[in-house]
Amino acid sequence: MTSATINGIAVEVPEGTTILEAARSLQIEIPTLCKHPDLDPTAACGLCIVKAKGINRMLRACCTPLEKDMQITTHDPELVEVRRSVVELILSKHPNQCLTCGRNRNCELQTLASDFGIRQVEFADIVPDYDLYDDTSVLTIDPRKCIGCGRCVEVCQNIQNVHALCFLNRGYDTRIAAAGVNLGESPCVKCGQCSAHCPTGAIVELDETAIVWDYLKDSSLLTTVQIAPAVRVAIGEAFGLPPGTNVTGKLYAALRRMGFDRVFDTNFGADVTILEEGSEFIERFLHRKGELPLITSCCPAWVDFMEKFYGDMIDHFSTTKSPHEIVGVLAKTYYAKREGLDPARMRVVSIMPCTAKKWEIKRGASMSASGYQDVDVSLTTRELARMIKQAGIDFRNLPDEPCDRILGEYSGAGTIFGATGGVMEAALRTAQDLLTGQSLDKIDFEAMRGMKGVKEGTVVIAGKEVRVAVAHGLSHVESVLRRVQEAKEKGEDPPYHFIEVMACPGGCVGGGGQLYGVTDEVRRARARGLYSEDEAMTLRKSHENPEVKRLYAEFLEKPLGQKSHSLLHTQYQARLTYAR
Amino acid sequence: MADAVMVPDISRTVQKWRSKPGSLIMALHEIQNRYGYVPRNVSLQLAQLMNVPLARIYEVITFYNYFRLEPPGKHNLSVCMGTACYLKGAPALLDTLKNELHVEEGETTPDGEFHLESVRCVGCCGLAPVVVANGETLAKVGVNAIGGLLARCRNEQKED
Repeated sequence: MTSATINGIAVEVPEGTTILEAARSLQIEIPTLCKHPDLDPTAACGLCIVKAKGINRMLRACCTPLEKDMQITTHDPELVEVRRSVVELILSKHPNQCLTCGRNRNCELQTLASDFGIRQVEFADIVPDYDLYDDTSVLTIDPRKCIGCGRCVEVCQNIQNVHALCFLNRGYDTRIAAAGVNLGESPCVKCGQCSAHCPTGAIVELDETAIVWDYLKDSSLLTTVQIAPAVRVAIGEAFGLPPGTNVTGKLYAALRRMGFDRVFDTNFGADVTILEEGSEFIERFLHRKGELPLITSCCPAWVDFMEKFYGDMIDHFSTTKSPHEIVGVLAKTYYAKREGLDPARMRVVSIMPCTAKKWEIKRGASMSASGYQDVDVSLTTRELARMIKQAGIDFRNLPDEPCDRILGEYSGAGTIFGATGGVMEAALRTAQDLLTGQSLDKIDFEAMRGMKGVKEGTVVIAGKEVRVAVAHGLSHVESVLRRVQEAKEKGEDPPYHFIEVMACPGGCVGGGGQLYGVTDEVRRARARGLYSEDEAMTLRKSHENPEVKRLYAEFLEKPLGQKSHSLLHTQYQARLTYAR
Repeated sequence: MADAVMVPDISRTVQKWRSKPGSLIMALHEIQNRYGYVPRNVSLQLAQLMNVPLARIYEVITFYNYFRLEPPGKHNLSVCMGTACYLKGAPALLDTLKNELHVEEGETTPDGEFHLESVRCVGCCGLAPVVVANGETLAKVGVNAIGGLLARCRNEQKED
């Protein structure tokens, strides 16, 4: 432990703790635009400067460990003045477009400019002249708004191990871009973590709310909507509720008031996914039909990553579509048929915690299994929050409403899809019952929960050992896959039978399309929101969902049946990109 | 133009540097010395062979002024923008060259004939403003001399 004083207050922290972290433990906020709790410090912005007695220069608190007996001053008139100059320098290179920016009222730079009361920038305006680009059709990048903090590059290279974004050039000319090509031609998997970590409006999701308003205006269309598991425990934050508050009922009510004709729930699709994927697992595990381990595929950024970098492992991928695609295709087939609707006049909008879903809905012919594009538009949590505000809805005080049937009922297993380990846990609940032919009491698989990058476990079902692994944050995936590849090369038994992968740290609760300000604390709170909903439910297994049972009885016949194959399953293709 | 080199053989370079950590720059130096620039297809190969992300290679190439991503022109023109040359009218020289050649600094004309760049102080401030044309230092260059300089370069090429 290291003991020192900060602003005269004694502090004792583990060795190696930075001055910034030590100050936070004393409720002292040192401003920073580049340091994010998820990421290593880049020491780029220069705002976190502090003084240490006996040292003649100012130190950057984000990357300086607190040393024994240091006497740190974090705030005095001189430090505040220097920080003000730093903010002004950044502003001199930043377009003055706050009112029309995607991060208006949600921007860390704007907040600092406001806190420092900057009314006028003393330095000459030198805003660079770069074009905006959105060739991924998912993310919009405006390099002029980049302050060079390096968070997007850190997260893209080190947390996600994608290496799509990098810094080109140096000094004033530094800009974020892919290596010599457009982002759409780079290894980018559209996870959107860059946008979730950007402190300004330099990287934002492609806003598609106008398309949805157009649907809602058109009375000749039947516009349906579905919400993903992780959205319900995050969107409340946009209306002043703490992270993790489950607002499912309010969301249904808000969506209905906005004019959606039918309000469905992606959780229903999650239950269907489990039936199909669980059956795939049993086929492979019990009947040795197909490769082991089976790897989950409901995360589109992960699908893109695998297709680009692990084309040789395509046979391991579950062919089951992701939950929102399943709801999309069922809305335009099963539901349309039952209700006598013309699918050509139907629109399906999905509200996702995700930017990559915008890519997924158009990723191949199987995304139009109904004969029409199954999901027409996918909006992020952030886009929906804005639409609710535009619609003049007092969200916090809305009464709860139920969702529409028959694509709405869900089990606790469906809801925990939104947290890392949730898909695995849901699949195990179903797989154990299917394997034993009984309804087992074991529901909770705690080893699958939590924020550890790779979680492993062995579950004994019907006397057989099932080895499973859960990875989240793409940099954690590779060690798991390497073990699988090594065993394969040596002709050994696979190290795992079933692997869940989510591209974003924390799973969908920490998705790239979620509300801003995500830290592990927020991810945990949102995950808790999902697990408490699950615990409070009596229906906790996907295969016991009565609406899912009815779907199979009335329409699909059986999991992995002919109809399932044509509607609920997809194919993958290796996509060539340059080496990372 | 960027991929003019069809099947580069960089295995010797890679073999030499792969096992030494932090030697990407040395490998890039060898490549640039050999081709006059770092062609994209060579970077792609280098990324594979040295197990370095392409993003890192481009960060290094674009960070250091020395490295080029485009082939150099047949005629290289560098305008000195050091203090003395700057004060003696180098910006006007640079503007004239940009207008005449329709390129920006650091660019090569589409026909590959001229490459234009600015440099900081070539160390002969007494001769300001200075233009270095194909390695030859031209002293006290006026805007009016630019036309002649370009014509001379073009003629040389005809005589070849």
